Amino acid sequence: LRKNVEDFTGPRERSDLGFVTFDITADILNGKNDLQTFRNKNTLIIFDWNVKQLFLYLSAEYSTKNNALNQVVLWDKIMLRGDNPRLSLKDMKSKYFFFDDGNGLKGNRNITLTLSWNVVPNAGILPLVTGSGHVSVPFPDTYETTKSY
Amino acid sequence: GWPRSGGVRGGAAMDLFGDLRRMNKRQLYYQVLNFAMIVSSALMIWKGLIVVTGSESPIVVVLSGSMEPAFHRGDLLFLTNFHDDPIRAGEIVVFKVEGRDIPIVHRVIKVHEKGNGNIKFLTKGDNNEVDDRGLYKEGQNWLEKKDVVGRARGFLPYVGMVTIIMNDYPKFKYALLAVMGAYVLLKRES
Repeated sequence: LRKNVEDFTGPRERSDLGFVTFDITADILNGKNDLQTFRNKNTLIIFDWNVKQLFLYLSAEYSTKNNALNQVVLWDKIMLRGDNPRLSLKDMKSKYFFFDDGNGLKGNRNITLTLSWNVVPNAGILPLVTGSGHVSVPFPDTYETTKSY
Repeated sequence: GWPRSGGVRGGAAMDLFGDLRRMNKRQLYYQVLNFAMIVSSALMIWKGLIVVTGSESPIVVVLSGSMEPAFHRGDLLFLTNFHDDPIRAGEIVVFKVEGRDIPIVHRVIKVHEKGNGNIKFLTKGDNNEVDDRGLYKEGQNWLEKKDVVGRARGFLPYVGMVTIIMNDYPKFKYALLAVMGAYVLLKRES
Protein backbone atom coordinates (compact mmCIF):
# COMPACT_ATOMS: atom_id res chain seq x y z
CA LEU A 1 0.00 0.00 0.00
CA ARG A 2 1.43 3.35 -0.90
CA LYS A 3 -0.24 6.62 -0.23
CA ASN A 4 0.49 10.24 -0.87
CA VAL A 5 -1.32 13.04 0.80
CA GLU A 6 -2.38 16.43 -0.33
CA ASP A 7 -2.16 18.91 2.36
CA PHE A 8 -5.00 21.16 3.25
CA THR A 9 -7.78 21.21 5.76
CA GLY A 10 -10.67 23.62 5.92
CA PRO A 11 -13.03 24.41 8.77
CA ARG A 12 -16.73 24.04 8.04
CA GLU A 13 -19.38 24.51 10.65
CA ARG A 14 -16.67 24.55 13.22
CA SER A 15 -15.39 21.11 12.25
CA ASP A 16 -12.19 20.30 10.46
CA LEU A 17 -12.47 18.92 6.98
CA GLY A 18 -9.49 17.09 5.61
CA PHE A 19 -8.57 16.39 2.03
CA VAL A 20 -6.48 13.41 1.18
CA THR A 21 -5.44 11.93 -2.11
CA PHE A 22 -3.94 8.51 -2.20
CA ASP A 23 -2.64 5.63 -4.22
CA ILE A 24 -3.60 2.08 -3.46
CA THR A 25 -1.66 -0.89 -4.63
CA ALA A 26 -2.90 -4.16 -3.24
CA ASP A 27 -2.60 -7.74 -4.22
CA ILE A 28 -5.56 -9.39 -2.58
CA LEU A 29 -5.57 -12.74 -4.32
CA ASN A 30 -2.08 -13.78 -3.37
CA GLY A 31 -2.39 -12.76 0.22
CA LYS A 32 0.29 -10.18 0.64
CA ASN A 33 -2.29 -9.21 3.18
CA ASP A 34 -3.48 -11.08 6.24
CA LEU A 35 -3.29 -14.82 5.61
CA GLN A 36 -3.97 -16.12 9.11
CA THR A 37 -7.76 -16.18 8.89
CA PHE A 38 -7.67 -18.14 5.72
CA ARG A 39 -4.98 -20.64 6.62
CA ASN A 40 -7.48 -22.19 8.99
CA LYS A 41 -9.67 -23.04 6.08
CA ASN A 42 -6.78 -24.72 4.29
CA THR A 43 -6.97 -22.18 1.55
CA LEU A 44 -4.42 -19.56 0.80
CA ILE A 45 -6.64 -17.89 -1.72
CA ILE A 46 -9.04 -15.32 -0.40
CA PHE A 47 -11.56 -15.73 -3.19
CA ASP A 48 -12.54 -19.34 -2.50
CA TRP A 49 -15.79 -21.04 -3.51
CA ASN A 50 -17.68 -19.59 -0.60
CA VAL A 51 -16.71 -15.96 -1.14
CA LYS A 52 -19.35 -13.93 -2.97
CA GLN A 53 -17.60 -10.58 -2.73
CA LEU A 54 -15.25 -8.43 -0.72
CA PHE A 55 -16.29 -5.04 0.54
CA LEU A 56 -13.07 -3.04 0.62
CA TYR A 57 -12.73 0.19 2.50
CA LEU A 58 -9.99 2.64 3.29
CA SER A 59 -10.31 4.07 6.76
CA ALA A 60 -8.48 6.82 8.55
CA GLU A 61 -7.91 6.26 12.24
CA TYR A 62 -6.66 8.92 14.61
CA SER A 63 -6.94 10.46 18.07
CA THR A 64 -7.97 13.96 18.97
CA LYS A 65 -8.42 16.05 22.08
CA ASN A 66 -12.19 15.58 21.80
CA ASN A 67 -12.26 11.90 21.08
CA ALA A 68 -9.89 9.10 22.06
CA LEU A 69 -10.60 7.19 18.87
CA ASN A 70 -11.90 8.32 15.51
CA GLN A 71 -12.42 6.23 12.43
CA VAL A 72 -13.59 7.66 9.14
CA VAL A 73 -14.12 5.64 5.99
CA LEU A 74 -12.70 7.63 3.11
CA TRP A 75 -13.30 5.28 0.24
CA ASP A 76 -14.87 1.94 -0.47
CA LYS A 77 -15.26 -0.52 -3.29
CA ILE A 78 -17.09 -3.74 -3.87
CA MET A 79 -14.99 -6.46 -5.41
CA LEU A 80 -17.03 -9.34 -6.74
CA ARG A 81 -15.67 -12.80 -7.22
CA GLY A 82 -14.26 -12.76 -10.70
CA ASP A 83 -13.18 -9.13 -10.62
CA ASN A 84 -9.53 -8.37 -11.00
CA PRO A 85 -8.05 -8.92 -7.54
CA ARG A 86 -5.14 -6.60 -8.05
CA LEU A 87 -5.76 -2.99 -7.24
CA SER A 88 -3.61 -0.29 -8.63
CA LEU A 89 -5.33 3.01 -8.10
CA LYS A 90 -3.50 6.27 -8.35
CA ASP A 91 -4.39 9.76 -7.29
CA MET A 92 -7.69 8.79 -5.81
CA LYS A 93 -9.73 11.36 -3.98
CA SER A 94 -11.72 10.33 -0.96
CA LYS A 95 -15.27 9.30 -1.79
CA TYR A 96 -16.69 10.70 1.41
CA PHE A 97 -16.08 13.94 3.22
CA PHE A 98 -13.40 13.57 5.85
CA PHE A 99 -15.03 15.59 8.61
CA ASP A 100 -13.69 15.44 12.11
CA ASP A 101 -15.98 15.74 15.09
CA GLY A 102 -14.39 18.98 16.17
CA ASN A 103 -11.11 20.55 15.21
CA GLY A 104 -8.80 17.63 15.69
CA LEU A 105 -7.28 17.42 12.22
CA LYS A 106 -5.29 20.62 12.36
CA GLY A 107 -1.74 19.81 13.30
CA ASN A 108 -2.57 16.18 13.86
CA ARG A 109 0.60 14.33 13.01
CA ASN A 110 -0.65 10.83 13.15
CA ILE A 111 -3.52 9.80 10.96
CA THR A 112 -3.26 6.14 10.03
CA LEU A 113 -4.77 5.02 6.76
CA THR A 114 -5.57 1.31 6.55
CA LEU A 115 -7.17 -0.85 3.89
CA SER A 116 -9.59 -3.42 5.26
CA TRP A 117 -12.29 -5.61 3.85
CA ASN A 118 -15.43 -7.45 4.81
CA VAL A 119 -15.63 -10.93 3.35
CA VAL A 120 -19.20 -11.68 2.26
CA PRO A 121 -19.64 -15.43 1.85
CA ASN A 122 -22.32 -17.24 -0.13
CA ALA A 123 -23.41 -18.47 3.28
CA GLY A 124 -21.69 -18.37 6.65
CA ILE A 125 -19.60 -16.09 8.81
CA LEU A 126 -18.90 -12.46 7.90
CA PRO A 127 -15.33 -11.67 8.90
CA LEU A 128 -13.62 -8.30 8.81
CA VAL A 129 -10.01 -8.47 7.75
CA THR A 130 -7.39 -5.77 7.92
CA GLY A 131 -4.72 -5.65 5.29
CA SER A 132 -1.11 -5.58 6.33
CA GLY A 133 0.60 -2.35 5.53
CA HIS A 134 -0.74 0.96 6.60
CA VAL A 135 0.46 4.48 6.20
CA SER A 136 0.71 7.32 8.66
CA VAL A 137 -0.20 10.73 7.39
CA PRO A 138 0.27 14.11 9.02
CA PHE A 139 -1.99 17.10 8.59
CA PRO A 140 -0.47 20.58 8.54
CA ASP A 141 -0.85 23.18 11.27
CA THR A 142 -2.69 25.70 9.19
CA TYR A 143 -5.90 25.84 7.29
CA GLU A 144 -6.12 26.50 3.59
CA THR A 145 -8.88 28.67 2.34
CA THR A 146 -8.48 28.05 -1.35
CA LYS A 147 -10.17 24.85 -2.38
CA SER A 148 -8.34 23.56 -5.39
CA TYR A 149 -9.56 20.03 -4.81
CA GLY B 1 -50.44 -47.45 20.12
CA TRP B 2 -54.04 -47.11 21.16
CA PRO B 3 -56.32 -50.02 20.22
CA ARG B 4 -58.51 -49.39 17.20
CA SER B 5 -62.20 -50.19 17.19
CA GLY B 6 -63.57 -52.01 14.16
CA GLY B 7 -65.10 -50.30 11.12
CA VAL B 8 -64.98 -49.95 7.38
CA ARG B 9 -62.03 -47.95 6.21
CA GLY B 10 -62.18 -45.66 3.16
CA GLY B 11 -59.32 -43.56 1.80
CA ALA B 12 -56.58 -41.96 3.90
CA ALA B 13 -58.58 -38.78 4.54
CA MET B 14 -61.54 -40.76 5.86
CA ASP B 15 -59.02 -42.58 7.98
CA LEU B 16 -57.81 -39.34 9.52
CA PHE B 17 -61.25 -38.14 10.51
CA GLY B 18 -62.07 -41.61 11.66
CA ASP B 19 -59.09 -41.47 13.99
CA LEU B 20 -60.18 -38.10 15.31
CA ARG B 21 -63.63 -39.40 16.19
CA ARG B 22 -62.25 -42.50 17.77
CA MET B 23 -59.79 -40.63 19.96
CA ASN B 24 -61.05 -40.46 23.48
CA LYS B 25 -60.55 -37.51 25.76
CA ARG B 26 -57.31 -38.78 27.24
CA GLN B 27 -55.70 -39.12 23.83
CA LEU B 28 -56.82 -35.62 22.90
CA TYR B 29 -55.32 -34.11 26.03
CA TYR B 30 -52.14 -36.02 25.33
CA GLN B 31 -51.87 -34.62 21.84
CA VAL B 32 -52.58 -31.09 23.03
CA LEU B 33 -49.86 -31.38 25.66
CA ASN B 34 -47.49 -32.66 23.02
CA PHE B 35 -48.25 -29.64 20.90
CA ALA B 36 -47.80 -27.28 23.84
CA MET B 37 -44.45 -28.85 24.61
CA ILE B 38 -43.23 -28.28 21.07
CA VAL B 39 -44.27 -24.63 21.20
CA SER B 40 -42.62 -24.14 24.59
CA SER B 41 -39.39 -25.72 23.44
CA ALA B 42 -39.27 -23.44 20.42
CA LEU B 43 -39.82 -20.40 22.64
CA MET B 44 -37.12 -21.57 25.04
CA ILE B 45 -34.63 -21.97 22.24
CA TRP B 46 -35.40 -18.48 21.02
CA LYS B 47 -35.05 -16.96 24.49
CA GLY B 48 -31.83 -18.90 24.95
CA LEU B 49 -30.46 -17.38 21.76
CA ILE B 50 -31.36 -13.92 23.02
CA VAL B 51 -29.37 -14.54 26.20
CA VAL B 52 -26.38 -16.12 24.50
CA THR B 53 -25.99 -13.46 21.81
CA GLY B 54 -26.91 -10.46 23.93
CA SER B 55 -29.19 -9.24 21.17
CA GLU B 56 -32.94 -8.69 21.52
CA SER B 57 -33.37 -10.12 18.04
CA PRO B 58 -30.55 -12.54 17.22
CA ILE B 59 -31.93 -13.54 13.82
CA VAL B 60 -33.27 -10.92 11.41
CA VAL B 61 -34.50 -10.92 7.85
CA VAL B 62 -33.16 -8.35 5.39
CA LEU B 63 -36.10 -6.28 4.21
CA SER B 64 -34.61 -3.90 1.65
CA GLY B 65 -32.06 -3.82 -1.11
CA SER B 66 -29.92 -1.13 0.45
CA MET B 67 -27.03 -3.51 1.11
CA GLU B 68 -26.92 -5.14 -2.28
CA PRO B 69 -25.07 -6.94 -3.74
CA ALA B 70 -24.00 -8.34 -0.38
CA PHE B 71 -27.48 -8.91 1.06
CA HIS B 72 -30.78 -9.17 -0.72
CA ARG B 73 -34.35 -8.99 0.51
CA GLY B 74 -35.13 -12.29 2.17
CA ASP B 75 -31.62 -13.10 3.39
CA LEU B 76 -31.18 -14.14 7.00
CA LEU B 77 -28.66 -12.47 9.31
CA PHE B 78 -27.28 -13.79 12.61
CA LEU B 79 -26.44 -11.11 15.15
CA THR B 80 -24.47 -10.74 18.35
CA ASN B 81 -24.53 -7.74 20.61
CA PHE B 82 -21.88 -8.23 23.25
CA HIS B 83 -21.54 -5.24 25.49
CA ASP B 84 -17.77 -5.16 25.29
CA ASP B 85 -17.59 -5.40 21.51
CA PRO B 86 -16.51 -2.01 20.27
CA ILE B 87 -18.23 -0.49 17.25
CA ARG B 88 -15.73 -0.02 14.44
CA ALA B 89 -15.79 1.33 10.91
CA GLY B 90 -16.67 -1.32 8.34
CA GLU B 91 -18.88 -3.38 10.60
CA ILE B 92 -22.40 -4.25 9.57
CA VAL B 93 -24.84 -3.23 12.28
CA VAL B 94 -28.56 -3.67 12.70
CA PHE B 95 -30.10 -0.66 14.42
CA LYS B 96 -33.47 0.85 15.21
CA VAL B 97 -34.23 4.52 14.84
CA GLU B 98 -35.89 5.89 17.95
CA GLY B 99 -39.63 5.72 17.56
CA ARG B 100 -39.57 3.27 14.67
CA ASP B 101 -40.08 -0.46 14.84
CA ILE B 102 -38.28 -1.57 11.74
CA PRO B 103 -34.62 -2.52 12.16
CA ILE B 104 -32.19 -1.33 9.49
CA VAL B 105 -29.10 -3.22 8.32
CA HIS B 106 -26.29 -0.91 7.20
CA ARG B 107 -22.54 -0.42 7.51
CA VAL B 108 -20.67 1.82 9.94
CA ILE B 109 -18.67 4.47 8.09
CA LYS B 110 -17.68 6.90 10.84
CA VAL B 111 -16.85 6.35 14.50
CA HIS B 112 -16.00 8.88 17.19
CA GLU B 113 -15.28 7.37 20.57
CA LYS B 114 -14.44 9.26 23.74
CA GLY B 115 -12.06 8.07 26.41
CA ASN B 116 -14.95 7.12 28.71
CA GLY B 117 -16.37 4.69 26.16
CA ASN B 118 -19.10 6.95 24.76
CA ILE B 119 -19.44 6.15 21.09
CA LYS B 120 -21.27 7.94 18.34
CA PHE B 121 -21.29 6.60 14.82
CA LEU B 122 -22.73 7.10 11.35
CA THR B 123 -24.05 4.42 9.01
CA LYS B 124 -24.72 4.04 5.31
CA GLY B 125 -26.15 1.33 3.12
CA ASP B 126 -23.65 -0.06 0.62
CA ASN B 127 -26.15 0.43 -2.17
CA ASN B 128 -27.17 3.95 -1.15
CA GLU B 129 -25.59 7.11 -2.49
CA VAL B 130 -25.80 9.03 0.77
CA ASP B 131 -25.36 8.23 4.44
CA ASP B 132 -28.24 7.47 6.78
CA ARG B 133 -28.67 10.91 8.35
CA GLY B 134 -31.92 11.23 6.39
CA LEU B 135 -33.20 8.09 8.11
CA TYR B 136 -32.39 9.13 11.65
CA LYS B 137 -34.75 11.08 13.85
CA GLU B 138 -35.27 14.78 13.19
CA GLY B 139 -32.16 16.58 14.40
CA GLN B 140 -30.29 13.37 15.11
CA ASN B 141 -26.90 13.20 13.44
CA TRP B 142 -25.37 10.13 15.05
CA LEU B 143 -26.29 6.72 16.34
CA GLU B 144 -25.30 5.42 19.77
CA LYS B 145 -24.78 2.01 21.28
CA LYS B 146 -28.32 1.97 22.65
CA ASP B 147 -29.72 2.09 19.11
CA VAL B 148 -27.91 -1.08 18.11
CA VAL B 149 -29.84 -4.35 17.92
CA GLY B 150 -26.73 -6.31 17.01
CA ARG B 151 -23.68 -6.80 14.82
CA ALA B 152 -24.06 -9.06 11.77
CA ARG B 153 -21.76 -12.04 12.24
CA GLY B 154 -23.12 -14.61 9.81
CA PHE B 155 -25.63 -14.91 7.04
CA LEU B 156 -27.74 -17.34 5.05
CA PRO B 157 -29.24 -16.36 1.71
CA TYR B 158 -32.94 -16.73 0.75
CA VAL B 159 -34.03 -18.52 3.96
CA GLY B 160 -35.81 -15.47 5.34
CA MET B 161 -38.11 -15.25 2.31
CA VAL B 162 -40.64 -17.39 4.15
CA THR B 163 -41.10 -14.63 6.74
CA ILE B 164 -41.56 -11.99 4.07
CA ILE B 165 -44.14 -14.10 2.25
CA MET B 166 -46.02 -14.71 5.48
CA ASN B 167 -46.03 -10.98 6.12
CA ASP B 168 -47.20 -10.02 2.67
CA TYR B 169 -49.77 -12.78 2.33
CA PRO B 170 -51.38 -13.40 5.73
CA LYS B 171 -53.62 -16.10 4.27
CA PHE B 172 -50.49 -18.11 3.57
CA LYS B 173 -49.45 -17.74 7.20
CA TYR B 174 -52.80 -19.00 8.51
CA ALA B 175 -52.84 -21.87 6.07
CA LEU B 176 -49.35 -22.89 7.15
CA LEU B 177 -50.29 -22.69 10.84
CA ALA B 178 -53.45 -24.70 10.22
CA VAL B 179 -51.55 -27.44 8.44
CA MET B 180 -48.89 -27.57 11.15
CA GLY B 181 -51.50 -27.62 13.90
CA ALA B 182 -53.48 -30.37 12.22
CA TYR B 183 -50.37 -32.46 11.72
CA VAL B 184 -49.27 -32.24 15.32
CA LEU B 185 -52.71 -32.82 16.78
CA LEU B 186 -53.53 -35.79 14.62
CA LYS B 187 -50.16 -37.47 14.49
CA ARG B 188 -50.27 -40.79 16.26
CA GLU B 189 -47.36 -42.24 18.12
CA SER B 190 -47.14 -45.97 17.53
